[in-house]
Amino acid sequence: MMGIRSIAVMLAASLALVAGLSTMEPFRTFMPGLIEGAWMTVRIALVGSLLAVLFGVAAALARLYGPLPLRWLARAYIEIFRGTSALVQLFWLFFVLPDFGISLAPFTVAVLTLGLNVGAYGAEIVRAAIGAVPRGQWEASTALNMTRGQMLRRIILPQAVVAMIPPWGNLFIELLKATALVSLITISDLAFKAQEMNQTTFKTIDIFTLVLLIYLAISLAITIGMRLIEGAASRGLARGRAH
Amino acid sequence: MLWDWGYALEILPVLGQAAIITIEATLLGFAMAAVLGLVFAILRMLGPAVAWPVSMLIELVRSTPLLIQIFFLYFVLPKFGVTLDAFTAGVLALGLHYATYCAEVYRAGLENIPRGQWEASIALNLSLYTTFKDIILPQAIPPVVPPLGNYLVALFKETPLLSAIAVLELMQTAKILGSETFRYVEPITLVGALFLAMSLVSAALIRQVERALGRRFVR
Repeated sequence: MMGIRSIAVMLAASLALVAGLSTMEPFRTFMPGLIEGAWMTVRIALVGSLLAVLFGVAAALARLYGPLPLRWLARAYIEIFRGTSALVQLFWLFFVLPDFGISLAPFTVAVLTLGLNVGAYGAEIVRAAIGAVPRGQWEASTALNMTRGQMLRRIILPQAVVAMIPPWGNLFIELLKATALVSLITISDLAFKAQEMNQTTFKTIDIFTLVLLIYLAISLAITIGMRLIEGAASRGLARGRAH
Repeated sequence: MLWDWGYALEILPVLGQAAIITIEATLLGFAMAAVLGLVFAILRMLGPAVAWPVSMLIELVRSTPLLIQIFFLYFVLPKFGVTLDAFTAGVLALGLHYATYCAEVYRAGLENIPRGQWEASIALNLSLYTTFKDIILPQAIPPVVPPLGNYLVALFKETPLLSAIAVLELMQTAKILGSETFRYVEPITLVGALFLAMSLVSAALIRQVERALGRRFVR
């Protein structure tokens, strides 16, 4: 794993490279379209990540503490979305769902699929993090006569969240990479713009080099953001544990 | 009736044929990932002058979408005079992408080898090649087989991306079937079911391997 400084250096280098290239001739003409595409990619990644966290936490809590039917439902959700391919899920929601009378906009299909897919992986992270909270914390909360909800909300989850942050960071990167799939259901994200320009100009090397650098910059920015959040969250916990 | 069993049974043999292409792409891609990943991991141990560029390459490949890499190899290599058919380009992209994940797995395995093993090899005057081949790798690789297996399943689940460059694997075949008959329910659902079945079976196999290795390599 790389340190946060070298990641920051890489981010600065890739941004400088994109900025430098975009002043030069063949690259300059591609920039407006690519920036438009990148903005769509970022929006899909943000909404998708938000949904993934919601689905992940809900599925993990349902699987751990829900009544039996809900537990099975959560388990089925996790197995199905982890066991099949993201592209198959995307096409299923896009092509098959309309046959059941549910027609969603491509953007909705995109963020819903990414949220459901990554949320299924996230549910296992949440479950593992809750399981990693020491037993004594549960026992102490019981001794303090807390209800199940109070224990989770006040004692267990705040500690579990710290352990969840690094694996969620990896998942957000996976989600960002998976956003390229939505270009296959007609959304004009970065990958779609790249394909479109490639078909009209045949400047394949120039376009795809820029696109790779832009994706790299977004990934590195996510990594840095998650490291900062992790640092801020674990400082509080470390102080608490010292006493 | 939304689900037509007759049609589903009719297309099942066609999808079965396509599943063979999917499995071929998975196995070839993973063979490349397993070998190239080990090369990356070993290169990273050879001092900063080699390790640094390799690390940058790994970071670049890991941080960017596989779909873009597939397009890159498929469209860019011909400009350098290397024309690949879609299947080969797709397998190369899958192999390269997952090699960067495998490299991390191998690194964990290599770092777990006690220092004494290296020192003993030097004391015995073994060459670097012999040290790796006979001392280090036989100890480093077996414990990392289960995580490698997880990446095999992950790679398998990414093979539908090859449909973007028109490789006739499961997803592309399902899409063609769908566009011919305007019935997407059966082909895409069947593809999902096939993936689920194969993923669950391979996950169970990996657990078996893990258990078998766990018995042999308790230290």
